[in-house]
Amino acid sequence: MSDFIYEKDADGIVTVTMDMAGQSANTMNARFVPGMQDVIAKLRAEEDLRGVIFASAKKTFFAGGDLNDILATTRADAETFAYIEANKAVYRDLERLPVPVVAAINGAALGGGYELCLACNHRIVADDPKAVVGLPEVTLGLLPGAGGVVRLTALLGLEKALPYLLEGKQAKPQQALSEGMVDAVVAKDELIPAARAWIKANPDSQTQPWDRKGFRYPNGDALHPRIRQTIQVSSAMLFQKTRGLLPAPEKILDIAVNSMRMSFDAALRMESRGIVALMTTPECKAAITTFFFGMQAIRSGKVRPEGPQWKASKAAVLGAGMMGSGIAYAHARAGLTTALKDMEMARAEKGKAYSQALCDKAIKRGRMSEEARAALLDKITPVTDDAACKGADIIIEAVFEDIDLKETVIPETWKQLADDGIYGSNTSTLPISILAESCPDPTRFIGLHFFSPVDKMKVVEIIMGEKTSAETLRRAYDYVQQIGYMPIVVNDSRGFFTSRVFGTFMDEGMQLLQDGMSPAAIERAAWKAGMPVGPLAVSDEVSQVLSQKVRRTHEALDARLGVESDFGHHNTASARVVDAMIAQGRGGRHYGGGFYDYASDGTKSLWPGLSQFAQGNAEVPMEDAIDRLLYRQAIETLRCLDEGVLNTEVEANLGGIFAIGFPAHTGGAIQFIRGIGVDAFNARAKALAERYGERFAIPDAAFDRLRDSAAEAA
Amino acid sequence: MAETAYIYDAIRTPRSKGKPDGTLHEVKPIDLVTTLLGEMQSRHDLDTARVDDVMLGCVMPVMEQGAVLPKIALQKAGWSDKVPGAQVNRFCASGLDTFNTAAAKVASGWEDLVCAGGFESMSRVPMGADGGPFAEDPATAIQTGFVPQGIGADLIATIEGWSRDDVDAFALESQKRAAHARDSGWFDRSVVPVKDENGITILERDDFIKPDTDMQKLGALKPSFAGPGAMGFDTVALARYPEVERINHVHTPGNSSGIVDGASLVMVGSEQAGKDLGLTPRGRVVSIALTSTDPTIMLTGPGPASEKALAKAGLSIEDIDLVEINEAFASVALRLQRDLDVPDEKLNVVGGAIAMGHPLGATGGCLVSTMLDELERRKLKRALICMCVGGGMGIASIIERV
Repeated sequence: MSDFIYEKDADGIVTVTMDMAGQSANTMNARFVPGMQDVIAKLRAEEDLRGVIFASAKKTFFAGGDLNDILATTRADAETFAYIEANKAVYRDLERLPVPVVAAINGAALGGGYELCLACNHRIVADDPKAVVGLPEVTLGLLPGAGGVVRLTALLGLEKALPYLLEGKQAKPQQALSEGMVDAVVAKDELIPAARAWIKANPDSQTQPWDRKGFRYPNGDALHPRIRQTIQVSSAMLFQKTRGLLPAPEKILDIAVNSMRMSFDAALRMESRGIVALMTTPECKAAITTFFFGMQAIRSGKVRPEGPQWKASKAAVLGAGMMGSGIAYAHARAGLTTALKDMEMARAEKGKAYSQALCDKAIKRGRMSEEARAALLDKITPVTDDAACKGADIIIEAVFEDIDLKETVIPETWKQLADDGIYGSNTSTLPISILAESCPDPTRFIGLHFFSPVDKMKVVEIIMGEKTSAETLRRAYDYVQQIGYMPIVVNDSRGFFTSRVFGTFMDEGMQLLQDGMSPAAIERAAWKAGMPVGPLAVSDEVSQVLSQKVRRTHEALDARLGVESDFGHHNTASARVVDAMIAQGRGGRHYGGGFYDYASDGTKSLWPGLSQFAQGNAEVPMEDAIDRLLYRQAIETLRCLDEGVLNTEVEANLGGIFAIGFPAHTGGAIQFIRGIGVDAFNARAKALAERYGERFAIPDAAFDRLRDSAAEAA
Repeated sequence: MAETAYIYDAIRTPRSKGKPDGTLHEVKPIDLVTTLLGEMQSRHDLDTARVDDVMLGCVMPVMEQGAVLPKIALQKAGWSDKVPGAQVNRFCASGLDTFNTAAAKVASGWEDLVCAGGFESMSRVPMGADGGPFAEDPATAIQTGFVPQGIGADLIATIEGWSRDDVDAFALESQKRAAHARDSGWFDRSVVPVKDENGITILERDDFIKPDTDMQKLGALKPSFAGPGAMGFDTVALARYPEVERINHVHTPGNSSGIVDGASLVMVGSEQAGKDLGLTPRGRVVSIALTSTDPTIMLTGPGPASEKALAKAGLSIEDIDLVEINEAFASVALRLQRDLDVPDEKLNVVGGAIAMGHPLGATGGCLVSTMLDELERRKLKRALICMCVGGGMGIASIIERV
């Protein structure tokens, strides 16, 4: 039993120290169940056993299940069910030992690890902020299937358990104690002595509350009037959040509620059936692929260009508008000293005041100390003079989106850059390669496209110009991670990746409008698809005025370069609708109204004038509308991958989710295609092209890369 | 049909507020029923052994309304041991469903004399007391899109474009008509006073009606379903009605059916049974119908059910003299009026459940008594009775004065 160190002391107390061989954390791997079975058999055979302590020799207590196994599970069959039942049976055996069992939680106990703790009679956690407990399975499209749903509900009562089960919230020691998720918090070196003392003081505490006669759920059984009220609204409250797109929280709610209406062992079996059903859902595969392995790939630098780590120690941001102010805040938050430059001091100071306002809000909510605010604000210096940017490791221009202005500002300010510094442009439309021509060293020039509001949108689209060096890319990549943002690397193309895809979403909304679908139904279709905001509402936020300006900028660029770029080639509806809207004074929210009318009380309602855009009376089925909104984006993303604008699937998936709100439950646009099945997606795209237009057409060859590889983690 | 199903009588208790301060709150549910059983027997000097069945509707048949209360009430009321009893639940249609089933049994010739009706002490066994998967099983609720009925009522008003004033005006008219009918003694034949064991009257007439209300008072009431709607139920409903931008919450306690206590009892029988027992028929059942529609909006069933009953009878709406739609919510009645194109003067002529209350399982029987009384008083021929029902169901009955 090399994975479990078994030691019995003179008092008859056995300490089982988990130390899974050959790995840095204890996991529920293939050796776990047999190992636990051996331990339990040995414990049962003991003659003068008085208690058991479960401890860990690793930094963390126990890390839970193996996600690779879950990804590989494709069948919700009796075999999978038996596997799950065998896994949880050892926990049931453990809690039925005739002696008290204590979990000595030295570090993080999440998922299966916390489920082990729940199967103990007593839980003592080390007073260490890293020693968190919780059941994050729901975030991976799963449920805690080793008794977590059933036991946490029985331990805390339904109402207290639900947030931890449905949201996967984690609790630090003190919070876990006040919630009742653990029973005691002690200094780390006191863990084992405290466990031993508890066993000695409570020799008869071997029966779990739920195995005692007359057990009542804390704070109300299933028939308690308040609990019944909670249950009656819980489904709708959940649906409002998940829109019916996430099977895992629905299943968890159902099992938590119903577990209170049946025997404990029946409830455990129901829980097993639930996880078997979830393991094979596309939503689970998507969550694990994108949010676990994909995020891990980006965090661990799998898609980072090789080379030594770089760290910026001084930065300059040019232009203290909304984007510049936001970037300065992001810098200051990460401790990066930043000069925030504008033409007038009042504007530069206003830009810094933006950070002050964000800090004030955080203090009000108890999420920041006054010292931290002072330290953060200290990092931003409002300036008007270029010289104040002298020696910056990185300069980011966020001046007005005007090519002539940028072509003036870039060479002027370049002089202030440190000798090996890099220069970034926050342009959202202008080709990086063209802007790069205005600076002395295009190899050190790169696009750094932040999203608004910068403090919330923690992703940066890094755009390689034609001449941008690998060295500059690596530094930009490190810089983005230095300030805690997710880097998505793309190659220069009109609209880059995100704007191209986002444009298709807004356009498809207007295509639906032209097809005669009711505007409310269009917005609802986007909601049902999982988009954070409807295409008409978001168009108003972007504003028709800006959309038109971007289109004209590209037209002007084409004229200047003597080329015909295909930017927005398929966006035929937006061109027509946007121009008509502007002509009728409907320029967007900022301009007093657009697709919506905006009332002074903050509410909005769809503008009745939209009926003018309906060209046909084609009844568009809701399923088609939903597919059209998602397929446009997925197809454009695939085009970006096919054309080499995007380099990796993981960036395509995460970039789409974080930058433009592609529905997270799909795991991102490419995973969405994989979830449907490459051939099924292709066939549906062809059907949509046939019925609704060429914009859904995509060459078969574009799918080849998806056929050749399984879901790439990176 | 082998036989004509005659209606020999239809009686009810007065209705009173179904809360602890209501007049009938102190009366046990079983005693509401025994009051009517006793009255039916004594009024007709009925040989109860001739009754083939007594089916009574109840929507919350649990606790003191549970365990097949009708059979136990028969024993308590001293009816013959030969009489079987059953409790029936088809949500709000329960009472009318027992009436329709009684008619079907008699018409088939397999039974000769059947009592129907219902009871509901909403003050003692409140709505929701029976639980059930519809609202309390998350997997079912999410899959089927459960929303409280009031959300559906508000959705109907939103889709039809009816404002708060529209539904309040309907409610006000219901109150006026009900108050006038009660005060004119139009309900006296059917309403049986509820008395205590000493013979002291506890309640003689409906006391839920609010004759003094006006548009201003109605307008001051808060919408009942804005809160639940915001908690998520609006979202559930709108997911199924995507073309609706948002739900306009217009229903309040003032323009929705009242929560009341009450019971009803109707006697249906064959011609021969009436002759044998010396009973004079008051009416006959022309046709009956049940149907079901979208369960989320839930309350649009009365129109289709009525059309089904009319078709079965070979009649059109012009052949109907009076229409009674249970006023579960004002928008339900307005929607039925629009669906069937019923003129105001034919619809709910003595007010409805907004004014008098809706004692869930009992209401169907109450409506039968109201229509019989009015057909007789106005010397008219035919009435259509219809109700919206949980789960999207609709029910209708057409009766004729004889």
